[in-house]
Amino acid sequence: MDAIRCEILAKGAEAVIFKEIWYGIPIVRKVRMPKAYRDPRLDRILRQRRTINEARLLYDARKLGVSVPAIMDINLDDTYIMMEYIEGVRLRDILNSMRHEEVKSIMKRVGVMVGMLHVNGIVHGDLTTSNMILTESGNIFLIDFGLGMHSDDIEDLGVDLHIFLRALESTHTQITDICFKSFLSGYERIVGNEMASRVVDKIWEIRARGRYVSPELRK
Amino acid sequence: MAIIVLGIESSAHTFGVGIARGDGRILANVYSSYIPRYGGILPREAARHHYNVAHKIVIKALKEAGLNIEDIDGIAVALGPGMGPCLRVGAFIARILAIKYSKPLIPVNHAVAHVEIARLTTNAKDPLFVYVSGGNTQIIAYSHGRYRVFGETLDIPLGNFFDTLARELGLPQPGTPYIEMLASKGKNIIELPYVVKGQDMSYSGLLTAILRKFKEGIPIEDLCLSAMEYAYAMLAEVVERALAHTQKRELVLAGGVARSKRLQRIMKLVAEEHDAIFKVVPDEYAGDNGAMIAWTGVLCLKSGITISPEDSIVRQRWRIDEVDVPWMQ
Repeated sequence: MDAIRCEILAKGAEAVIFKEIWYGIPIVRKVRMPKAYRDPRLDRILRQRRTINEARLLYDARKLGVSVPAIMDINLDDTYIMMEYIEGVRLRDILNSMRHEEVKSIMKRVGVMVGMLHVNGIVHGDLTTSNMILTESGNIFLIDFGLGMHSDDIEDLGVDLHIFLRALESTHTQITDICFKSFLSGYERIVGNEMASRVVDKIWEIRARGRYVSPELRK
Repeated sequence: MAIIVLGIESSAHTFGVGIARGDGRILANVYSSYIPRYGGILPREAARHHYNVAHKIVIKALKEAGLNIEDIDGIAVALGPGMGPCLRVGAFIARILAIKYSKPLIPVNHAVAHVEIARLTTNAKDPLFVYVSGGNTQIIAYSHGRYRVFGETLDIPLGNFFDTLARELGLPQPGTPYIEMLASKGKNIIELPYVVKGQDMSYSGLLTAILRKFKEGIPIEDLCLSAMEYAYAMLAEVVERALAHTQKRELVLAGGVARSKRLQRIMKLVAEEHDAIFKVVPDEYAGDNGAMIAWTGVLCLKSGITISPEDSIVRQRWRIDEVDVPWMQ
């Protein structure tokens, strides 16, 4: 086949992410790598399950109209997913230098997207601004559902938002409040006041357990 | 002169007495374990066992150390976490000794003690601990004045998972070595639930699923192999994340299940992948023992931590992250 040019975009604990050009189209190939510490047979089962899980979440999110990369191929023998390459900048890299009005509008839209996922029982699992891409046309894409799952348990949804808030606190310290407030206004509009307040209450409950708070944030 | 502390452990099936010296030497480590005739630990029966052996074990420990009770500078006791009736025996004996011989009484957290004896005997400075036993399964590291939990079981501990499984499969107790032995003869890994939620693992669903497969007639060797590989892989994944997050350079395996050879191999591989040095607590200090209480008692006493007998109530759910450890600063 005609795979041209191959570069490593990221190397995570679980997977390696390649960028490739197929027939002139840029794509992303996410390959789940074997773990030496696992029995090879179990390792295979787990990598296959997770590949399917991620593909299913991406597919379901897209069906809801949430902007996520389109899946092009999934291979369970080599445990990889091939998907659309999203051209743009990570929110992580630009949010701090944006005007507050712009930050608010972007975060509100992120809130709407996550609200759509949550109200339909999809947990992203790693909501950080590194996993949000702003395209030139002004669209926001959510990427990396590798730690995601299907669940409508308030605890799981609460953890999802807790992780997001923690990411804001550590990478967007100066604008955390503006970001999270705007995020919640969008989130609330989709899930409704009642569910939103239940999930937000859960965040504080999770934090009160203490051990989830990262050492830097513990006073 | 280095201080000398006598420590008493009685949180579960073992009544143990250890004697430790301020320079890190363990002078005595004596114990007696209650073995249920069938089923799991009955707390009241275990407590009765502890009452019956307490006197003998204390005397034996002093004899092993070649000391008189007058030579002891403090009496340390595990006040929790553990089973109430069992813990109360140790607390009772410790109070008597402290009052009768006018010695300071030192409150020790059982989990802190497992971690500290592992640190002492492996010469680790500031590691990530994997503490696995019949009563606890936690990933622990020091940060800001306390040992913090970076992941734990949401339901049953790993040792308890293996013990219960062994019992249901008709194997002797404690279950881990027998499961491991049969697992080495297993040929197939079967499909089972693998539950890691964030930084925590859950073993109860795995247990139920394996027992269902047992009734379906899957060979016991395959069940043991699968049970062990799933259970350890879940733990290893959380440990791997905790290592990446805390950036600790040492990984120490502690608690009774630390004796498992397969678990040791897995943790060694995880450590190597993250450029951490792997260490494991010696067998004699892996399970519950008095020496770990005595040694932690030494650390507490040096930091001025004591308790009055009136206040020395047992706490069945005393978490490790509720305890200040000033000696780590």
